[in-house]
Amino acid sequence: MKIVVPVKRVVDYNIKPRVKADGSGVETAGVKMSMNPFDEIAVEEAIRLKEKGVATEVVVVSIGVQQAQDTLRTAMAMGADRAILVLSEESPEPLAVAKVLKAIVAKEEPGLVILGKQAIDDDMNATGQMLAGLLGWGQGTFAGKVDVADGSVRVSREIDGGTEEVSLTLPAIITADLRLNEPRYASLPNIMKARKKPLETLNAADLGVDMTRRLTVVSVAEPPQRQAGVKVGSVSELVEKLRNEAKVI
Amino acid sequence: MSETVRESMEFDVVIVGGGPAGLAAAIRLRQLSPETSVCLIEKGSEIGAHIVSGAVIEPRALAELLPDWKERGAPLNTAVTAEEMLYLTETGSVRVPFLDKLMPHMANHGNYIVSLGEVCRWLATQAEELGVEIYPGFAGAEVLIENNRVAGVATGDMGITREGEHGPNYQPGMELRGRYTLFAEGCRGSLTKQVMAHYDLRKGVDPQTYGLGIKEVWEIPAEKHRPGLVQHSFGWPLDDQTYGGAWLYHFGENLVSYGFVVGLDYPNTWLSPFEEMQRLKLHPAFRKHLEGGRRVSYGARALSEGGLQAVPRLTFPGGALIGDSAGFLNVPKIKGTHTAMKSGMLAAEAVVEALASNRPEPASFTQRVKDSWLWEELRTARNIRPAFARFGMKKGAIYAGIDAMLLKGRAPWTLHFKHQDNEVLKPASLCEKPAYPKPDGQLTFDRLSSVFLSATNHEEDQPVHLRVKNLSLWKTVNWDVFRAPESRYCPAGVYEVVDEATDPRLQINAQNCVHCKTCDIKDPAQNIDWAVPEGGGGPNYPAGM
Repeated sequence: MKIVVPVKRVVDYNIKPRVKADGSGVETAGVKMSMNPFDEIAVEEAIRLKEKGVATEVVVVSIGVQQAQDTLRTAMAMGADRAILVLSEESPEPLAVAKVLKAIVAKEEPGLVILGKQAIDDDMNATGQMLAGLLGWGQGTFAGKVDVADGSVRVSREIDGGTEEVSLTLPAIITADLRLNEPRYASLPNIMKARKKPLETLNAADLGVDMTRRLTVVSVAEPPQRQAGVKVGSVSELVEKLRNEAKVI
Repeated sequence: MSETVRESMEFDVVIVGGGPAGLAAAIRLRQLSPETSVCLIEKGSEIGAHIVSGAVIEPRALAELLPDWKERGAPLNTAVTAEEMLYLTETGSVRVPFLDKLMPHMANHGNYIVSLGEVCRWLATQAEELGVEIYPGFAGAEVLIENNRVAGVATGDMGITREGEHGPNYQPGMELRGRYTLFAEGCRGSLTKQVMAHYDLRKGVDPQTYGLGIKEVWEIPAEKHRPGLVQHSFGWPLDDQTYGGAWLYHFGENLVSYGFVVGLDYPNTWLSPFEEMQRLKLHPAFRKHLEGGRRVSYGARALSEGGLQAVPRLTFPGGALIGDSAGFLNVPKIKGTHTAMKSGMLAAEAVVEALASNRPEPASFTQRVKDSWLWEELRTARNIRPAFARFGMKKGAIYAGIDAMLLKGRAPWTLHFKHQDNEVLKPASLCEKPAYPKPDGQLTFDRLSSVFLSATNHEEDQPVHLRVKNLSLWKTVNWDVFRAPESRYCPAGVYEVVDEATDPRLQINAQNCVHCKTCDIKDPAQNIDWAVPEGGGGPNYPAGM
């Protein structure tokens, strides 16, 4: 079985994002970019399935600008076998991404597509679900545990207040949640070897996908500054403040 | 030392550190000898992640390395257009007249205000195009010395737990073996320190003296922005015994680089470079530029100020020291990028020669440096910094003026540094405590909100990389005599004294460390050893730094 893992290049999770002065978006020029952490978990899961002998090949895909190949190299250094880069503008919308992935799935015919549950830049949490819809496949989102056996996959989903077990017939879509695994480091020898692994570059237009944006960003703003706290003298003062100032009770 | 078998790989040249010196050396090597395999490692998560500099750079070395740098799109976009040097009193300022005569080193005509991090990222793309293999995120943790020859370095193990055990994600380090190894770690490099000790490279030279630079990048309203403006100052808030000064540069898209350097030979144990830097922003000469703006980044780094007298032996069997690892900063010019790059280029030439003749030591590097403009620059500048150390700020400035105007750097004498920076600190009981204002949250801030803007991160579960060799010495020396100077000189709040009133103990918040190396330099008993943490850890300075 082949596994396809889409990975996104996003502003690194250590960076405090800075809104552009004109409010049109987040500053990405000269900012450190790296693989979306949930996608790293997806890559790790796919590699573990290969190491267990469940999967035979792990193909990573990224859709974005040329520099996304660094992200793909990182995934290959972790253990993915080969990579496909679909060139488009930076951070395309989830529906366009899902359509590109549908075309990749048609070409690669994987048994599983494992995605991160969401990207930490726009927090859309949509691509996996849309891809499942477009393909008509079953989906196990927010996966905390994955077991593949006999043509089906059992996914333990992290839901409010507990977990939900679902069983999906393969081929299927899985989106990775935080606790699925802890991704490995890409070691230096593996990074060196990853430079020689195959990376195919395609254009979104070659796949017949219309990447036109359908959403308009009205404005991007930083969260309001947190006000300094105050010390209260008594419980009754606290209750009074919660009721009349904070208006939460 | 790891017990697991490490993988290893052979290169002609291994370069430790992806700053201007290391990258210039890498580029020059491949230009001169395209067959030479060159591997460069960098402990930052990417090239530029650990680079902090003012920076006004002189493009001389760059133009020699890549004459078509403009066409290649080097990010030198803001030419210096106006320049002032101010002497500050607490409330006022006096502009130094005839700057180009009195302080000719400071003349910045033809220089550029840059983000040195961006310049390094660009240099890295140039190096990669020439076939240099660059691996950011890997720290050189160990020097490989075989038959008394440096045979390369090993990267650190990854995934070691705080207790020193192999964690679930353990990955052994890797040996990067080179016929020659160039150490380009910048000021007070941790491997450079080992190499200097092993080969006794500092024998017969002055002790190195250092400075600590702390920098912020601000975004200010467009109507206030004067791209190309360079403002330097000395005087307040430092006293006459403390060497230092501040810079303020307008550059890029409404950005201002503000920073402050303190000579680490300061005597007052109560001095806090961070708080001096913060309070200086309240001075009218700085406030008027920054007010109404917002701070977007923060960083700090030590720099070498010893100049020519403190330059160690540069080569040893199997390699050389380049850039600020060797201490090539030109202090009166307050510039080290062009000298760092030049030293890297000269080392590359020496290495290519040594490779061809298969000599163990790239010894011609030393002569190449002495025959170059780099040495001439350091030679004429050599008496200025020690004059400040000897005569204080005011008389030192007068000496510097005479040296520049009358002697033109050709004095028949050479002033020397006598002490290491850690030796000149005075006991707490003999020093006066400065009264620092509380941060106002508008212009001035505390350490933690500052470190937050440096995007610093270290994997939590790893051994503390700031190694206190003898913990009991901390109590008897650092606390009893000096009242924990590390809690003040550390610009990142790494060192904290807990239970001060009852049972004072040192707490080390290693995760905050911005890799400035000041503790390794200034600890009174030289009891703190700065070792590299897991690769990729440390600050993630954005463009602008």
